[in-house]
Amino acid sequence: MTTFLIIAVIVLIFLVIVQIAKASEYVSVLKGEKVAQQQSNKINAFLMIAFLVLGLIGVYICNEMYYKDTLFPQGSASVQGEKVDSMFMITTAVTGIVFLITQILLFVFAYKYQEKENRKVFYFPHNTTMEYIWTGIPAIALTVLVAIGLRNWFEFTSEAPKNAIVVEITGKQFGWIYRYGGKDGILGKKYYKNIDEAGSNQLGQIWDDEANHDDVVTTQAMYIVKDRPAKLVINSRDVIHDVGLPHFRMKMDAVPGIPTTLWFTPKYTTKEMKERTKNPNFQYEISCDQMCGNGHYSMKGLVEVVTQAEYDAWLAKQKPNYYAAFPDKDPSNAKQPADTAAKSATAQVVLAKKTKI
Amino acid sequence: MSTEAVLHANVGTAGAQDVHHAHDAHHGDHHHHESFISKYVFSMDHKMIAKQFLITGMVWAVLGGLMSVLFRLQLGYPDSTFPILEDLLGKWAKGGRISAEAYYALVTTHGTVLVFFVLTAGLSGTFSNFLIPLQVGARDMASPFMNMLSYWFFFTASVIMLSSIFVETGPFSGGWTAYPPLSALGDASPGSKTGMDLWLVSMALFVVSSLLGGLNYIATVLNMRTKGMSMTRLPLTIWAFFFTAVLGVLSFPVLFSGFILLIFDRHFGTSFYLSDIFVASTQQALPNEGGSAILYQHLFWFLGHPEVYIILLPAMGMASEILSTNARKPIFGYMAMVASLFAIAVLAFLVWAHHMFVTGLNPFLGSIFVLLTLLIAIPSAIKVFNWLTTLWRGNIRFTPGMLFAIGFVSLFISGGLTGIFLGNSALDIHLHDTYFVIAHFHIVMGVASMFGMFAGVYHWYPKMYGRYMNNTLAYIHFWVTLVGAYLIFWPMHYQGLAGMPRRYYDYSVWESFKHFTELNRFISTVAMVVFAVQFLFLINFFYSIWKGRKVTTQNPWGATTLEWTTPINPGHGNWPGEIPEVHRWAYDYGKDGVEYIPQTQKIGENESAHH
Repeated sequence: MTTFLIIAVIVLIFLVIVQIAKASEYVSVLKGEKVAQQQSNKINAFLMIAFLVLGLIGVYICNEMYYKDTLFPQGSASVQGEKVDSMFMITTAVTGIVFLITQILLFVFAYKYQEKENRKVFYFPHNTTMEYIWTGIPAIALTVLVAIGLRNWFEFTSEAPKNAIVVEITGKQFGWIYRYGGKDGILGKKYYKNIDEAGSNQLGQIWDDEANHDDVVTTQAMYIVKDRPAKLVINSRDVIHDVGLPHFRMKMDAVPGIPTTLWFTPKYTTKEMKERTKNPNFQYEISCDQMCGNGHYSMKGLVEVVTQAEYDAWLAKQKPNYYAAFPDKDPSNAKQPADTAAKSATAQVVLAKKTKI
Repeated sequence: MSTEAVLHANVGTAGAQDVHHAHDAHHGDHHHHESFISKYVFSMDHKMIAKQFLITGMVWAVLGGLMSVLFRLQLGYPDSTFPILEDLLGKWAKGGRISAEAYYALVTTHGTVLVFFVLTAGLSGTFSNFLIPLQVGARDMASPFMNMLSYWFFFTASVIMLSSIFVETGPFSGGWTAYPPLSALGDASPGSKTGMDLWLVSMALFVVSSLLGGLNYIATVLNMRTKGMSMTRLPLTIWAFFFTAVLGVLSFPVLFSGFILLIFDRHFGTSFYLSDIFVASTQQALPNEGGSAILYQHLFWFLGHPEVYIILLPAMGMASEILSTNARKPIFGYMAMVASLFAIAVLAFLVWAHHMFVTGLNPFLGSIFVLLTLLIAIPSAIKVFNWLTTLWRGNIRFTPGMLFAIGFVSLFISGGLTGIFLGNSALDIHLHDTYFVIAHFHIVMGVASMFGMFAGVYHWYPKMYGRYMNNTLAYIHFWVTLVGAYLIFWPMHYQGLAGMPRRYYDYSVWESFKHFTELNRFISTVAMVVFAVQFLFLINFFYSIWKGRKVTTQNPWGATTLEWTTPINPGHGNWPGEIPEVHRWAYDYGKDGVEYIPQTQKIGENESAHH
């Protein structure tokens, strides 16, 4: 009922506007087209200047209201991100000046040179000097911006430092899988046809490769260490995803078949960030930034930035994925006398997987 | 009127015209006995085809706009239910809330139809068709038949796209860029099943339409200019349409090839784009190995970026023409304007990978694309300053067309400047695929080009239908749309700076993005108002076709270009007599104290230096 009421009201408003518009056309015919045109010209010229003034006030208010909601007040959570932020500020300053000058000129000219009966227009088809000036100044400004940008770009995309923690992050519909190299620090080889979710091998690790035997696989969160570079090796299992790390100002696509990397140095632990943002629920979230299907919006990952000691303690607690796939190889299981029970459990898993397919 | 005097003078010197024109004049007489079908349906008159493109474009604009209202409803009111949605959309909005599937289908279809059907076919199809023959002085396009085909291919593409909305698995829902593997695998997303096949067929037909049209525009501009109409005397509209057509002809085939490979990957087991894929919904590893999903992005953006300029250049051309006409002043720096159009057209081909800075492409390659991308800012800056100088010391009439042209310049500045942020790869990393990007391209490409289109419709409406549109409605339409567009898209920059990703159905589970609930609601509300106000334009447009104030003078705006030398309601063939000869450039406004001198007027003996 209310829906129909709303529609009826809208239609009514439209009818009124159309009727007024029609009436004003008749009035303008009666008044004489010239007079009517002069009047509407004045009104529109006034609106031009009003739009400029109110618009600039609006820009200011918008900034007052929403700047605090951006990531800038809390600062970048990575060393590299600071450069992104300073680049942003420089670019805003440069473009802001251009924005103000051009918008003000546009609307002021529109207002100032509104039609007047006796105004003679200035026949001014071209002026080479002026054109050189406004070709040259933008060129110089852009050269500066490009120079700053490329210096940062090459730094961000350079090889990660040697002491970096290497984490493999793999996107899938719709979640993230993290893998650590374990004790040897080497990520074992994998092949996508080995993926076997029921058999605890969601990445397709090749078990013949011994480097895999100590690799830790988790879907809970990505643990990295404050002040120590973290290098992400990024994969996808199905469609293109994107590892979006807004707090660290980093982002990289996860492309099936083509591993990518990115690295950064976190500056604050998650705990410190909770204090900085005064938000006890603060989390470093990983957002998927590439359309990946109907669950795209829910593809959330977590980064836990911790101290080196906390990291070591966490890693020590993690069981290699090898033992999940082969519980009988797990030393903690082997101690139990009922070794055969574990084996039969494995067999059951295999059976369950087969029936599923 | 001086215009008519000149026209008659030219008819008098018919002997001087070449044989070609005389033949055309004769040809033009044959079209008096047209049936309804040949006049309104399978018309070969460029003016009628232009109207067909325009009205089809309007239908799509309404549908595409409505889609955006629907998904903005979800974004603005994620916790509310609207029972009417279930009545309208059925299973796509169970319980009165749009489902994620429907949301992504809406987002995708909105993007596809707005970019291709409205702002390419509706804009370039309408105005290239309408204005090229009229402004270069030709009876029709080089090939009226191909021109007709161009429309009907577009129409067929439209029907197929529309039909995809009604298939059981839904229309394609992987974003208008249709990146594989998502777009290649039906098991990864229901929208990638039948919906995607229809999408691809529709787009392939659209490419055909676009090529038929583009080749025609190029041939007409190059070969069918009237006597005296040298390239440097062309109005800037024609230059813009010309470069637009060149861009389309060179880039659409690349997109087409990309689509063909995608069809192969979808149905014939090839692995152009596919490799190392394990589909979770079926628990199966696909046999495809060795393909590159990034290859598609290169092929797509090789069109995709020029496409931005295919959309923007016609709007630039029309804004230039309308600003100059209504400021009663020549466009400033005509040659610089042509050169900057040319520069933009060339650079358009060399910047596509700036859409791919975070795909893991070679950083060196990325740096080249940064450099070339930011170079575009230079011709863009030239254009803006030249428009400003055109207004300076003019005598401005705020016709509805002029208002929209000024609005176009304002939006082009605002949206263009944010391009400097995004084109700089190191900064793009943070902003990529956030609301900052949405704000940027909607302002600079979407709304600005829409403004160019509105400017064109209001300005050339008297030529299209021999009547005026209602000014009061037009003023309301302009001011609400301009203010609304800024209110919608300006705050989105801030959401982008918070890292808020695009194409999210719901932000409530995200600690980092959920604090924008109120702003989202505000944006959605304004979007609905702006959408509603567009109906004022539609009412005005269709009402005025039959009931608008009649045009009584041949040249209502006091313009210099050739279309205003035709009769008020030109028939097929445009000029009843000889095609007028051109003696000067298109921008002699206010020269030697004369308000305007039509292109057809001979250079006077005491005239100051001419162009």
